[in-house]
Amino acid sequence: MATVAAVIASTHHPFYYRASTSTGTDRPPFADEWVAKIEAFRQTLTQARPDVLVMVGSDHFHQLWLDNMPQFLIGKAPFYDANFYNEEREFGLPRMFLKGHEDLSAYLLREGLDAGFDLAFSNELRIDHSITCPLITLRPEADLPIVPIYTNIFAPPMPQPRRFAELGRTIRRLVEAWPGEQRVAIIGTGHLSLELGGPRQFGPHGPDPEFDRKAVGWIASGDLDSALAEVSLDSLWEPGNATHGFMDFMLMMGAAGANVKADYTDSLDLFHTMEAYFTWYPDGAGGTPEQSGR
Amino acid sequence: MSKYLLNKFLYTIDRDPELVERYRADPSGTVAWWEAEQANVILNCPSGERSTWLAFTDAERQALATHDYVQLFELGAHNFLTLTLFIALFERDYAEPLGFQREYAVRLSHWSVPYPDIST
Repeated sequence: MATVAAVIASTHHPFYYRASTSTGTDRPPFADEWVAKIEAFRQTLTQARPDVLVMVGSDHFHQLWLDNMPQFLIGKAPFYDANFYNEEREFGLPRMFLKGHEDLSAYLLREGLDAGFDLAFSNELRIDHSITCPLITLRPEADLPIVPIYTNIFAPPMPQPRRFAELGRTIRRLVEAWPGEQRVAIIGTGHLSLELGGPRQFGPHGPDPEFDRKAVGWIASGDLDSALAEVSLDSLWEPGNATHGFMDFMLMMGAAGANVKADYTDSLDLFHTMEAYFTWYPDGAGGTPEQSGR
Repeated sequence: MSKYLLNKFLYTIDRDPELVERYRADPSGTVAWWEAEQANVILNCPSGERSTWLAFTDAERQALATHDYVQLFELGAHNFLTLTLFIALFERDYAEPLGFQREYAVRLSHWSVPYPDIST
């Protein structure tokens, strides 16, 4: 059977690429610290020696639109073009071209449907920064085949937080039962407190540092029960109007396993939103736990 | 109220560089053209069947025609779509990095949660 080589959860900050590649007076003062943290985080994936990446993210109204909006969708295509004109325009992100792993996509679709998730699928999917940002940070070579999984954290009505956690748990179980010897990393990105297009946007910190502190604690300790007890679709509007992206972290907590502590935890308090990075090495994966960056 | 159509306008303008410039230069003309020619295009059926029923309310048309992002927020347009397009329209006019985004926040500072409902 396949091995889950690592489970990785991260924020996806679209400004990282520009901050990390800028020089001279264009380089922001926080760039060096940010790059150092990302390079340490990248090592946690590198040492897991993955063959395939299952990538969980969310389309930001790029290809998926309100006339036909899936809640959970798996890409099944041999290739994926990536990043869109408005991400190039606003964030300076490069166009990318990624290989797909159609066999694993087909397997996760079939088994996921049979496990009680009525998954949508796409045979022609252009990937956006929710998946390209973690590739840029964790695997800039972008040389491994991917299975993209999109969730709706954007357009109400959305699935309940517990469904995200259950989907994560199911993805983990299915990957572990996938016939073959491949090493699979499950990587997902979400948000801590975040405000976009509202009065609390682009402040000196994320809009709700107290939520961020609690959320980092839940994720680092695998405390899915507390997260599920405190978080609801209604409550997530409070820390910031784009905080439903935290449900992708809950999906990853499901994938990591309830009450399983992260082997690597780091965070960076930036303007606009807090960055947070977590890696778990499931038993038998062969990775050597990194020390925490915190 | 047609929050969906507001969002469709923001979405379709934002994804087209020429339309971004046209909307910046001529907001009321672009909104009038778009409502007449584009509002009922089903995006996945670009040259086939069209819808027949989509139209802005007067308040929605006015908010778009005057680049009034505060009003769009209050009408329940999707916060991400409005922000993304308006950054493309106006960030260039501010010398300070994030200057436009911070002014945008200040102009909405009379709001606290709960914000207007963005459900469609």
